[in-house]
Order: sequence, then structure tokens, then C-alpha cells
Amino acid sequence: MNLSIKSVLLVSAFALASPALAAGTHPVTGEALADSQTFTYRVGDESPSIDPQIAEDVDGGDILRDLFEGLFNQDAKGNRIPGVATDFTVSDDKLTYTFTLRPEAKWSDGAPVTAGDFVYAWQRLADPETASPYQWYAEVMGLKNASAVVAGEMPVSELGVRAIDDHTLEATLANPLPYFPDTLVHGSTFPAPKWAIEAHGADWTKPGNMVSNGAYVLTEHVPNERLVRERNPMYWNDANTIIEKVTALVITDENVAFTRYQAGELDQTDIPTGQYPTLAKSNPDEVVVYPSLCSYYYMFNVSGNGPEYLMDKRIRQALSYAIDRDIIVNQVTQGGQFPAYNFTPAATAGFTVPDSIEYGNWSQDERNAKAIELMAEAGYDSANPLDLTLIYNTNEGHRKIAIAVSQMWKQNLGVNVTLENQEWKTFLQTRSDQAYDVARGGWCGDYNEASTFLDLVQSGSGYNDSKYNNPDVDALLAEAKTSDNPQPIYTKVEEIIAEDMPIIPIYHYTGVLMMNPSLKGWPIENVQENWYSRDLYRVAE
Amino acid sequence: MFSFVARRIAVAIPTLLVLLVISFLLMQTAPGGPFTSEKPLPAQVLANIEAKYGLNDPMWKQFTNYITGIVTAFDFGPSYRYKDRTVNDIIAQGFPVTLTYGTISFIVAVFVGGLLGIAAAIKHNSWLDYIAVGITIGAQVLPNFVMAPILLLIFTLWLGWLPGGGWNGGQWNYLIMPVIALSTSYMASIARLTRSSMLEVLRSNFIRTARAKGLPNRVIIWRHALKPSILPVVSYLGPAFVGMVTGSFIIDSIFSTGGIGFFYVNAAFNRDYAVMMGLTILLGTMTIAFNMVVDILYAWIDPKIRL
Repeated sequence: MNLSIKSVLLVSAFALASPALAAGTHPVTGEALADSQTFTYRVGDESPSIDPQIAEDVDGGDILRDLFEGLFNQDAKGNRIPGVATDFTVSDDKLTYTFTLRPEAKWSDGAPVTAGDFVYAWQRLADPETASPYQWYAEVMGLKNASAVVAGEMPVSELGVRAIDDHTLEATLANPLPYFPDTLVHGSTFPAPKWAIEAHGADWTKPGNMVSNGAYVLTEHVPNERLVRERNPMYWNDANTIIEKVTALVITDENVAFTRYQAGELDQTDIPTGQYPTLAKSNPDEVVVYPSLCSYYYMFNVSGNGPEYLMDKRIRQALSYAIDRDIIVNQVTQGGQFPAYNFTPAATAGFTVPDSIEYGNWSQDERNAKAIELMAEAGYDSANPLDLTLIYNTNEGHRKIAIAVSQMWKQNLGVNVTLENQEWKTFLQTRSDQAYDVARGGWCGDYNEASTFLDLVQSGSGYNDSKYNNPDVDALLAEAKTSDNPQPIYTKVEEIIAEDMPIIPIYHYTGVLMMNPSLKGWPIENVQENWYSRDLYRVAE
Repeated sequence: MFSFVARRIAVAIPTLLVLLVISFLLMQTAPGGPFTSEKPLPAQVLANIEAKYGLNDPMWKQFTNYITGIVTAFDFGPSYRYKDRTVNDIIAQGFPVTLTYGTISFIVAVFVGGLLGIAAAIKHNSWLDYIAVGITIGAQVLPNFVMAPILLLIFTLWLGWLPGGGWNGGQWNYLIMPVIALSTSYMASIARLTRSSMLEVLRSNFIRTARAKGLPNRVIIWRHALKPSILPVVSYLGPAFVGMVTGSFIIDSIFSTGGIGFFYVNAAFNRDYAVMMGLTILLGTMTIAFNMVVDILYAWIDPKIRL
């Protein structure tokens, strides 16, 4: 009995599906599409949350862009394109933005997506009661009264957002912010279904409870195992969605994930450390490399609590010069990374790496010679060596780099380096307590603009673990915030920090992926790595 | 018997409390907190989050609130890391997973290990003994973090017989590799324990008497020798069972099972205090309970022991 029902269902499913399969070509490119349109990828860790206003990690953001849709999306190159908003106008004082919402946009339960859903979501983001780790994003957006609302000094109704009617949303800013519309592709700004949240409380993000307005709906979620999302027939642009089912598998170990990729269980995974050169030769059609908005660096403790000698900029320069970045990226990390002599990655929008940073143009021999000279001036040489401790968070990759760097310092400058690894949170605490000499750092941009990097060297920044303090840099960064053309200012800041060297830029990250060659549409040119499953498709092999 | 159980429970409660206080204090002294990150949160945001979770209360109040929540509502609190979930959610999802593969691994380890040990002892110094000893030593020295990836290479990549990970509701083919990887070293210990204690028993006087009476070997082994020889094994089985059903970080992380072993270790790294405490309570309670079961079993097996 059971079997016969099953077979009837199967037969009817095939009968329904076959016309679609027969017409399986991509609407734009005309490529023949595969019968099975699924996408399975690896994530390294379970996301802390998939609630749009509470989510905080990159993987969670990827999931949110599938499940929800904000006012704007990004295209394959990272340009802003319409999402729920079809258009917007800006007032003359550049403080008021009025967005026109798409009338056909619907939630997965069939309710229309209204301006009120955005108002609710943005208020929810800033509300101290929600206690979102991304509350500060309301301030990044520059919404009027955001800080006061976050501080609980004003009710959420005072936040600079309101619904004029169901399909017209108005945002009021505290100050003009030219990139305000660009901030709206971020998951924190996605609309939220008040009725579902009120009905289920924190459980609203579970499959079956979740109502969403994106191209996909959540169908299965087993934390630390898998998260499955399937096509949402209510999505306004569902006709152009090709991938039917997207599965994120949580696989902690990159080597295990790679084995499962090779066994055909995954369509995409990260290339394990050190395997990129081999794979680039053996499987060139599967390897995908793209620049990423992240910097790897070492920081000096220049707070005054650290060793006295680190306050001498000649020593900081010498230690920086003596690191052969080419060896680090070509022999140690081996993932196509870019050697770095400045902090902001070249891939950052509107930013050009200044060629005025001299030591970046020297040969390594010149850098080494200069380093020895500087150390001698500062009173150190092999007979009177410098002793320092380098700390990093426990990780095989960081360890290899630290060993290579300590060797370079030892060989070139006679510096005795003690390496010390610490568990992640302990490491962060040590760093923010300035209880270190030299520490490892990694920084990824929150948005695609140089200030997301350079703010790190601002004296008041909570991220400035070096405690570098230069009033000139602070003044320049403040000026850049309101400038129409901040590029020359950023160049100036990079020049100053290359001279003062509070941090040693080592390399700019790349993303290296193995991707099933039948999977197309991956936006490698989008440096923010904002991908949308509905832009992907599988071609017939 | 009844008074024994009552006495043990009376001791168990203060034991658990001491365990709780110590783990609570240890957690609080670990550097950093649940919301420490490479990009530190603005002070106001951090204050809002701490207010939401009551982390700005004095430590004694946090502790008493926590205990009150458990006692009055069986509420083990929210996870600070997985913000959409409570500790109850995490245990409800992860514990059945580890309980399933842990129990199966336990059964496999006891049967295979026990039989291997008995066989080796009966055929002492024969080729069977050497093979059994060889297997157990091999299994003991091959840690599961080495074995699991090897299994994955063989069964998933080369042979393509088994899925490389996941749980899928505990479907049999998803269980095989976790069970092999988890049970092997336990199996080896059980085999070695059984073998050595069986050998000792077989040399004792009452076995010699049984042989002198002309009893068949089968009866000597199964009726007379087995019971006394499994005593030391039984005391090992209690903690082993708890260790297996509460999962393994290695198994959970390599095979992505979603079990609590992974949550437990990660909770420590993430300073996810409530998850850490909740799982400590679970683990502590089970350890105490199964030690009690072992004691009862002991009395049942060995009439010389009175509870």
C-alpha cells in the first residue's frame, strides 16, 4: 500500500517535472542545464544565528541572502541592483531617502512585503531589547537617532525610518552618507516578519516557523550538521531561479571537507592550506581563486606597556623589512595570496595601493640591508641581540608563518624570537590587554571601502590593539569621512603608517575554492563575496 | 539495596553541586568572555547584550539565578553562542545523536572486545591469542583522530560505499564509520582486561577443581570462569559507557554528526557558559548514575560484595 502510494507520487512528480527538464536551457546564456539543480557547499562552523537582525558571521550572511531579500542586492561584480526596492530618491539636503518597494514582493506565507516590515526590522536591529551583536550596524547606516536608540535613551519609534504607505519607505539620516544605499545589501537590514516572530519568539528561525521573503525557504536545519533551503515559489522573481535546493554542510576539518568534495558529496569547498599549487596544476578547471578583502599582519605593542625598544620606530621598520613576504606567500601559505607592504588590500573599491611606499619597491636584499643598518643604529646586532616574544592564536597556518618569520628575524637581524601560541579567546584578551610584544592579526573589511581597514590605526578605535596613537592620522581619517574624494587622504595615511610601522602588513588574503565545474554563475569578481544561490546554475555534463 | 541507592543519591546531589560550583568558577576565570571577538563590540552594544543575559549581575546572583532556573523550570538557560537556541534545544538535538552512536559503539565494543579477550585467554599462547593481542594493541595505539580520516579515505573516497559524514536521522550507513572509530579503542581495552582477568581466573583453584571433576570445558568457561573474570571489566564499563554516549569531539567534528561532544568542547572555546554548564550537569549526572549501576551489578555478580 505504502509502496503504491509512493510510486504514484513518483510517477506524477516525473510527469510534472519532465516538461521543465525538456526545456532545460539557461534563459540568458542558452547553456544546457543539468537535470538535478542542487548546490551543496561546506561551511566550517555552525552560524551563531540565522535571524537577519541577530546574525553576525559571514556564513550566516550567505544563508540570509538566500532566505531573505533586502532593499538592494548585488550583481556578480558587486554593483548594487534593485531588490525589494525598485527605486529611490534623495532629498536635497541628502538626509532623507525615499524608497519605492516592489508591489509584487511576497513573504513565503503569501503576505505582501511592506514598508512596515522594514521599519519593524530596522527598529528591531537597534532595539537594546533585541541585544543584537550587530546593533552598531544601525549606526553604520547613519540612521537618525541610532546611537540614542541603541543606548536606550530614546524609544525605537524615534529611529530615522518610517513607512509612508505599504510600498513607500522613508529613511532619515543623521548626516549625509553617500554610501547609505550600499549599506542596505547587508543582512541586518533585511525585512522581518513581525507576525511570525511574535508567534514563535526565538524559535521563529526554525524550519516550519520561519517566514521569509527571499528566493529560498528554510526546510531543514540540524545545527552543526546541515542547513537546507529550497526554492520559494512565492518569491517575486522565482521564474528566474534555477537552483532548486541548497545545502550547507558543517564540516570543521578542511581536509575532511576536501575528501568529501573528492568523493562527490560537495560542489564546493575551501582548498586545504598548502594544496593550492598542486591542485592548480592537476585540476585547473575546478580551482577558483579570488582576492578577498582581508589583511594578514603582525602588530607591535606601542602602548608603552610593552618593551621599551618597540617604541623605537627604527626597530619596528627593521623587523618589517626583514620579512620576505614572497617566501611567506609562495613557500608557506601557498594560496595565491598577495605580498603586502600596506594595510588596505588592492581589491578594495576606489583604493589604489600607493606606489609612494618605498620599501615595497625595494628588492628583499635591499630591505634586509636597510634592516641591519636600522637595527645597528638602534644599538642591536648579533653580538647584542634583541629578544622578543611573538604570540599567535593556536592554528597550524599561523604557526608556520610565525616560524618562518622568526627564522627571517634570526638570520637577518640576530633577533631571538620566542614563539607562543594561545587559545583564541585568551589570545584576544592578551592582545587587548597589551600584554604582548608582537602579535598576529587578521582583519577583514566590513564594507568595501578603505576606511574599514584604516580605522584600525585610529587612536580611539576599539580594534587598535597596538594602541598606536598619531594625531595626524586621526585628523586625516576624520577628514576622509566627509570628503568627496578620500583616496589622497588614504594614501597619506598609508604612507604615515608605512613610516611609523605600528603594524607589519604581511599579505592580503585570497579565497581559494574547489568548485564543481558544472556549477556556474559564481561571482568571483564580487570582492565582498556576496553570492546568491539564485544566480547559480548547473550545466549538463 | 534500597538504602544503598538512597544513600548514593544523597551523596550525588552535593557532589553535583560541588562540580557545578567548580566548573562555574573555572569558566569565569578563563580569559575572555562569550562576546570577546577579533572585532570587539562597542561598549554600549556589549552592555545591552550582557543585560539581556544577566551577565552584568554579580557572580553569586548569576549562579543562583541559574540554579533556580534549573530547579523551578528545568531551564538550562540560553546559548550565548548559538543565539537562536537554548541549552535545552542543544541537548535535545545533540544528545540523542551521541546516545545512538555511543550505545551501538558500546555494544560492539563489549561483544567484540569481550569475545576476543575470552578467545585469547582460552587459547593462551596460540596463534589466536597472538592475533587477538595484535589487534588490540593495534586498535589501542591508533587514536580515533587518525583512524577516522583513514576510514573516510577508504570507505568514502576509494570504495564509495559510505557517506563521508552527516547524520541523516541516524540512518545505518551514516552510523558505521562513527561506530568503528569510536568503539575500537574501547574494544581493545575491554579485550585486554577480559583476557588478563580470564587468564588469572583460569589458573585459580576452583577452576582446577572443576577440571578435576571432569566438567566439559564449555561449562567451565561459561558457567564458572566468566562471572569472576568480568568483574574488573564491569568496573571499566561504567565510565566507558558514559564516555561513549556523551560523544566525542573527534567523532562529531570529523563526521559532522551534530552530537553534543562537539558542542561541549566548542562551548569551552567559545566561553558559552550556559552550554558548558548544562552539558557538565548532564555528564556529571550520568557518570554518577552509571557508577551506581556498576556497584549494583558488582553485588549481583559477586555475592561476596554486600551493598
